[in-house]
Amino acid sequence: MRGWMGKTKVFFVFMLLALFLAGCGIENLTALEPKGYGAEKSMDLILLTTLIMTGVFIVVMVIYVITLVRFRRKKGQENYIPEQVEGNHKLEVIWTVIPIILVLVIAVPTVLATFDLSDDSKADELINVNVKGNQYWWHFEYAGEEIQTSQDLYIPTGERVYLHMLSSDVIHSFWVPSISGKMDVNAENVNTMYIEAYDEGVYWGKCAELCGPSHSLMDFKVIAVSPDEYDEWVNDMQNVDTDAEPENAVAQEGQELFEANNCMNCHATDSAASGIEAGPQNNGPFGPNLTNFGDRSRVAGILEHNKENLVDWIMDPESIKPGNKMTGQYPELSQDEAESIAEYLLQLQPSEITPESAGD
Amino acid sequence: MGMTSAQKRGFGATLWDWLTTVDHKKIGILYMAGGGFFFLMGGLEAVIIRIQLMSPENNFISAGLYNEMITMHGTTMIFLAAMPILLGLMNFIMPLQIGARDVAFPFLNSLGFWLFLFGGVLLNLSWFTGAPDAGWTNYAPLSIQSPGHGIDFYIMGLQLSGAGTLMGGINFIVTIVLMRAPGMTYMRMPLFTWTTFVASILILFAFPALTVGLFLMMFDRMFGSAFFDAALGGNAVIWQHLFWIFGHPEVYILILPVFGVFSEVFPTFAKKRLFGYTAMVFATFLIAFLGFMVWAHHMFTVGLGPVANSIFAVATMAIAVPTGIKIFNWLFTLWGGSIKINSAMLWALAFIPSFTIGGMTGVMLASAVADYQYHDTYFVIGHFHYVIVGGTVFGILSGLHYWWPKMFGKYLHEGLGQLSFWTFFVGFHLTFFIQHFLGLMGMPRRYWVFLENQGLDTGNLISSIGAFFMSFGVIVFLINIILTTIKGKKAPRDAWGSGRTLEWSISSPPVHYNYKQLPLVRGLDPLWIEKMEGNKNMTPAEPVDEIHMPNGSILPLIITIGMTIASYGFIYQTGNKLWLIAVYSGMAIALISMLTRSLKDDHGHHIPKEELERIGD
Repeated sequence: MRGWMGKTKVFFVFMLLALFLAGCGIENLTALEPKGYGAEKSMDLILLTTLIMTGVFIVVMVIYVITLVRFRRKKGQENYIPEQVEGNHKLEVIWTVIPIILVLVIAVPTVLATFDLSDDSKADELINVNVKGNQYWWHFEYAGEEIQTSQDLYIPTGERVYLHMLSSDVIHSFWVPSISGKMDVNAENVNTMYIEAYDEGVYWGKCAELCGPSHSLMDFKVIAVSPDEYDEWVNDMQNVDTDAEPENAVAQEGQELFEANNCMNCHATDSAASGIEAGPQNNGPFGPNLTNFGDRSRVAGILEHNKENLVDWIMDPESIKPGNKMTGQYPELSQDEAESIAEYLLQLQPSEITPESAGD
Repeated sequence: MGMTSAQKRGFGATLWDWLTTVDHKKIGILYMAGGGFFFLMGGLEAVIIRIQLMSPENNFISAGLYNEMITMHGTTMIFLAAMPILLGLMNFIMPLQIGARDVAFPFLNSLGFWLFLFGGVLLNLSWFTGAPDAGWTNYAPLSIQSPGHGIDFYIMGLQLSGAGTLMGGINFIVTIVLMRAPGMTYMRMPLFTWTTFVASILILFAFPALTVGLFLMMFDRMFGSAFFDAALGGNAVIWQHLFWIFGHPEVYILILPVFGVFSEVFPTFAKKRLFGYTAMVFATFLIAFLGFMVWAHHMFTVGLGPVANSIFAVATMAIAVPTGIKIFNWLFTLWGGSIKINSAMLWALAFIPSFTIGGMTGVMLASAVADYQYHDTYFVIGHFHYVIVGGTVFGILSGLHYWWPKMFGKYLHEGLGQLSFWTFFVGFHLTFFIQHFLGLMGMPRRYWVFLENQGLDTGNLISSIGAFFMSFGVIVFLINIILTTIKGKKAPRDAWGSGRTLEWSISSPPVHYNYKQLPLVRGLDPLWIEKMEGNKNMTPAEPVDEIHMPNGSILPLIITIGMTIASYGFIYQTGNKLWLIAVYSGMAIALISMLTRSLKDDHGHHIPKEELERIGD
């Protein structure tokens, strides 16, 4: 008896220790510290259900432990025959009715929140972004603003931003745990959800539906800036001077190489990038828009944003994101050529508003 | 064919006996052995997954291989390990519990087993050329676009083994309806028989949805149709619906039988009848019924809209009520009893808190808006492992320890049993409890790597350490089986001394015709009733007379081999039409065997009265 209880105790202490060590996660990523409307709604229900269910668990465990302590067969009781109880109507009604009540307590707020989060009646008056999921990157087109960008989604704080999401290939799922729950990005229909961030910050987004070998590398960022900064960013992005020549010679050479090596087939450096429509026809863009590449928070969504990583990516994207669609689409480049292109791309910084503005 | 002659046979004859057997007990053992083998395969895959996730941005295996690993782990564990082992237990025990000499269709039983085995082997052959890599749920369009033949192996392998399972389900239903011993009314059936019955009904209604889905997928991949291709007007979400219309009842196919196991183990080791028997039976039906109404809770994030999400959320929560009834009934079965704790009981007792946690997180997941966060993350992984390992695997292990003496005539070693229990139990919670938090901390499922500095390192390391504890527990269990087989303590008829149901009234292991005379059942827990009235054993319901038993047949194996050859042909004919030869010849082998079976009369054999009187029971 003692041995058995002792083992259990050690085990639970170990579990608690493990939890303590793990903490709640990183604040840009965890769903446990909501920083936006959707995440808060989810968290309310997570807490409510956890609370109720923990209560149920405690009741079960109390009965369980008492039963095991009291009714364990002791020495000398080998031939004891307990009373053969058929059942007990009163008890059975109790443990049927109470769970029904508990379920109702959970069901009502669940239904209310479900309708709340799918409300798109006021979408027309607010910011609408067409999101396109691609193996393994994200494209964002601001409806009516003639702005396209990829990987980093800029939004103003304190406002609902409606996302109209479509996939160009397989199913993806758009998830930024700290500001909202997820929604699938299908190829056959546009799914709409809204996100609203309370505070400025860079929130980490992930693809949550298996989409191929590099599923785990399909990260993106939501950059929430103040409404003023957001307006400035929109203005900057709408007024990119596409004819501007890079200032330094290496970058100029990089631009020439960029144009000579098929890069333009897939990558636009013009935020307006006309001729691309949302819809199930997979008509592009076939690669991320690079207009503000110099301000990206990450290379390829996952690597630290520096020249070295960018050169590595350009030289051999397959080693970084297996199964990506860029590999083999352009002639082999020398180290020097890749460095020039990287130099060119990193100076594409049309706006003062960058991830740093959001406090990254 | 009797046991007496089998003992003196050489290896070849023994092998032939097992290949042609239609004895439900031998087929049960074959199911368990086959399922056990695939369980080890799936376990190995799990360990490889946990090694890959031991540290951030690990490169133990490549991204492509990782996706194959997770797909095969899930598919193997569900279709080829958990379900077959359960079918094995049902096959062996259920006919004994209702006082029958075999199942209703012994030939079909054998066919069902071989289809499962060859389906599983076919699926695993894909490892040589590239395994399926779209997850065990095989969502289109990823599965449609997946290059190579991995997904084709998935389709044909599951189609074969699914056909076998469907046959098993139908067989059990008919057996329970028609072959109960005199006096065994429905409301006197042991709970394990009840749950076998209900799980079989679930199989009957759920598997056709999978079959249809697999056919559509097969046509899309092999013959150029476009059911799931959005660009050609198809719709990939239909796959999700078909898969989960099957997939959710499948969860109950896995859990209901072990509910039955616990309902046998608790009364035996508490020496007390099952509390609220009637409520238990109705709760089982209610769970099964509701199980068909909730499939879309796997699809809350698909974009079905708030009305569908709300309805499926509330329906899902409702399942908590009958499940709760069961938990409390078990607790009150123990309450006031005389509880003996051994390894069979340890697994059953450990099930209660573990499964309750799985049920709790189940209700949490049912709340649609909360699920927007949980869905497709490690929270879900944690949840369903608490249900499937904490429920189904614990139940299987409890059932194996409990019925081992009945099935093999020897007890499993108690010390080794407890060692494997404790290591597995601790490892299980270590592996999966932390995963709930990992999910909420931002770790989606099916991630080949998690990135550095995202706060996920410690949790994943703990989880991986737990996996090694679990592996250790499984290895100890294997050693236990081997040692017991070589030199185990022999078990008497009523192996635990407090058996209540009919299987404990016959020898361990039973003779191949089970009952020399069918027993007369006078109530629930018939053996217990007799013992309480001072009778040594059951009262026979018939005089000793010759027994009619079915003959063995090699045809089920040949039919299966034909179908497997045809399946292989289907997989490869997309590249080279010469493979159509395999399709046609395989089908020919199968059809000719079926024709032979239909045209050639086989009336079985009779065991003469004199032999029965000589052998005793």
